Amino acid sequence: MLKQIEGSQAIAEAVALCRPQVICAYPITPQTHIVEGLGEMVKSGELEGCEFINVESEFAALSVAIGSSAAGVRSYTATASQGILYMAEAVYNASGLGLPIVMTIGNRAIGAPINIWNDHSDSMALRDAGWIQLYAETNQEAADLHIQAFRLAEELSVPVMVCVDGFILTHAYERVDIPTQADVDAYLPPFEPVQVLDVAQPVSMGAMVGPEAFFEVRYLQHHKQERALERIPALAKEFKERFGRDSGGLVRSYRCEDAETIVVALGSVNGTLKEAVDEMRERGEKVGSVAIVSFRPFPLDAVRDVLKGAKRVVVLEKCLAVGVGGIVSDDVRKALSGIALAGHTVIAGLGGRAITRTSLVEMLERATKDELKLLEFLDLRWDVIDRELAREKSARRAGPTAENILRDVGPVAARIG
Amino acid sequence: MAVQDIKFYQTGTFTVGNRLLGEHERSVQSDMRRTNSLNSGHRACQGCGEALGARYAIDAAMHATNDRVMAVNATGCLEVFSTPYPETSWQIPWIHSLFGNAAAVASGVAAAMRAKGRKDVRVIAQGGDGGTTDIGFGCLSGMFERNDDVLYICYDNEAYMNTGVQRSSATPPAARTATTMAVGDEPGNTFGTGKNVPVIAMAHYIPFVATASVANLRDLEDKVTRAMAIEGSRYIHIHVPCPLGWGSAPADTIKVARMAVESGLFPLFEAEQGEITARYKLRRRVPVEEYLKLQRRYAHLFGKNPDTETIARIQAIADKNIRMFGLE
Repeated sequence: MLKQIEGSQAIAEAVALCRPQVICAYPITPQTHIVEGLGEMVKSGELEGCEFINVESEFAALSVAIGSSAAGVRSYTATASQGILYMAEAVYNASGLGLPIVMTIGNRAIGAPINIWNDHSDSMALRDAGWIQLYAETNQEAADLHIQAFRLAEELSVPVMVCVDGFILTHAYERVDIPTQADVDAYLPPFEPVQVLDVAQPVSMGAMVGPEAFFEVRYLQHHKQERALERIPALAKEFKERFGRDSGGLVRSYRCEDAETIVVALGSVNGTLKEAVDEMRERGEKVGSVAIVSFRPFPLDAVRDVLKGAKRVVVLEKCLAVGVGGIVSDDVRKALSGIALAGHTVIAGLGGRAITRTSLVEMLERATKDELKLLEFLDLRWDVIDRELAREKSARRAGPTAENILRDVGPVAARIG
Repeated sequence: MAVQDIKFYQTGTFTVGNRLLGEHERSVQSDMRRTNSLNSGHRACQGCGEALGARYAIDAAMHATNDRVMAVNATGCLEVFSTPYPETSWQIPWIHSLFGNAAAVASGVAAAMRAKGRKDVRVIAQGGDGGTTDIGFGCLSGMFERNDDVLYICYDNEAYMNTGVQRSSATPPAARTATTMAVGDEPGNTFGTGKNVPVIAMAHYIPFVATASVANLRDLEDKVTRAMAIEGSRYIHIHVPCPLGWGSAPADTIKVARMAVESGLFPLFEAEQGEITARYKLRRRVPVEEYLKLQRRYAHLFGKNPDTETIARIQAIADKNIRMFGLE
């Protein structure tokens, strides 16, 4: 059914259609509306057979889900930013135990300085924790990916994060086609766990594993993700057959066929990026873009296939690996191993800094003229940086950086970006 | 003719020999059908109070629930010594997740049982004092305040024994641990620190809180049995001597535990909805010195020049407990 609906509410409705049996909720912006929506559905009786638990921390949220998933019921939670760091230990634990929990990440920056706005630092920090990570481009895809995520998670017995850009998607009202319960039921069979706490067949789970077996257990997590590389496109195909639209998959390319310059990005910025690509195409520039939907597992072959004919690749990243530059870039370069083409990393949008079409077009112009450096920072205010560096040089007790810069910039709440 | 009441030594306790009791009153451990939920062959040290406490507690819980118990274990000695895979001592569904989340994982298991409509299956979370009073405290408090249907059992051996005897918030004053060495002006653990988690549990007004000791296993069984008959959040805090960490003789585990109780340092009581409803009255009160002397972790208090001042401070703690909990 078509609805004009907030992203978070669309996600909540999609999750509800998946018939979760335990939902653990802890508030953190910008994820909160999702669990609020689910909480209302459980309390009103609209979502039956589901336990909704208000926990005391994100660490507890995922821990409760670990317990309920191990006891054999479909389990869901959502978090963001500081929350995913606070539960980091449990994030590794859930995947190590092979528990098919689905968790939404309302992508948000990590402090300090504290910041509630969107970037990808949070989920990227846990990219190697053994979870599958899917990044949604639109709210329609965000909703659809959750349905695919439960199926994928339970098929492989591996946890899945669905990463949704905070505010840009979670708080945006868009047209979303909410599937019918019958279609979701047909697509997503009831949860049949491969391991379960059961008084009829007692097992011990979470035993101490030494050097004799740890390596193999860890390898098998990698093996699961390799299998996911096959299952993700297959599930997207099956999804299209049933629901009639493209959602998910490993990567999605836009006007890449003859492109000399290709921009790679994750999440909602792909929408803006496509418009910038169109503008460049109108000027006759051979430019295309690629959305990576599945960041874990990273689709090396698919990325290689789409990029191999280009002259240069620009990886547009909403996260900064402090001290080196890009995170996604490293994986893209791995995909291009042995292929000689120019590669650039453009860090953009940190802490919610808007990534505008104008800036993207300017960046693409410079890219096509081979003017981009190896590492670039889109719309970084160098005047502010220079002033702070000068201040730090002038006095030992220069004071706290963030507060100094805020004073320089002045009251800007009304014109973020 | 003058009549003198016969006074049996064990009157008023549960330590009476099973043969003197009616069949339904006998201990779970004496029952041929006991489940041995924590089976023999595990790797606990000689004289381990925790292994003993866990065996009695879980078997009692199994007995009370028609063998329908699932357990969630915090990281720690109990977890490590019971599951050196491919061997496991657990005869029940058992999961270990992390050090600090046993209560939350148990909440999840309990929620799953509600979702499945399995009211008959009951959930126990268990951990040592580190996993309970320190790193797991947030999750424990959350589980309590939500009144989740979980019995949490803390096996308190008063330090981080699994990692090599470091101080926890359950370590008593003056005790030597690897991080509160018996050196300096105030040797051992600092006075005026630590927390009383059973009392904090009571402050959540949960249905049932009890302390127990391996010195009184029948009482322990009884408290677990009654806890399993109650729905909602329950807490049992069991004092379990650790010969390795305390420097006591493995053969003295029960004796040391009994001295802790009889000195007043470890009060046995139970509470319902935040109100103390029963307490164990000290039968043969002993000075704390007798308890302390059995343990090398207090060796710096004795010797040629006993530290009478510190011993008196510990005695004052015992005296306060006796007043506070009405143990006389």
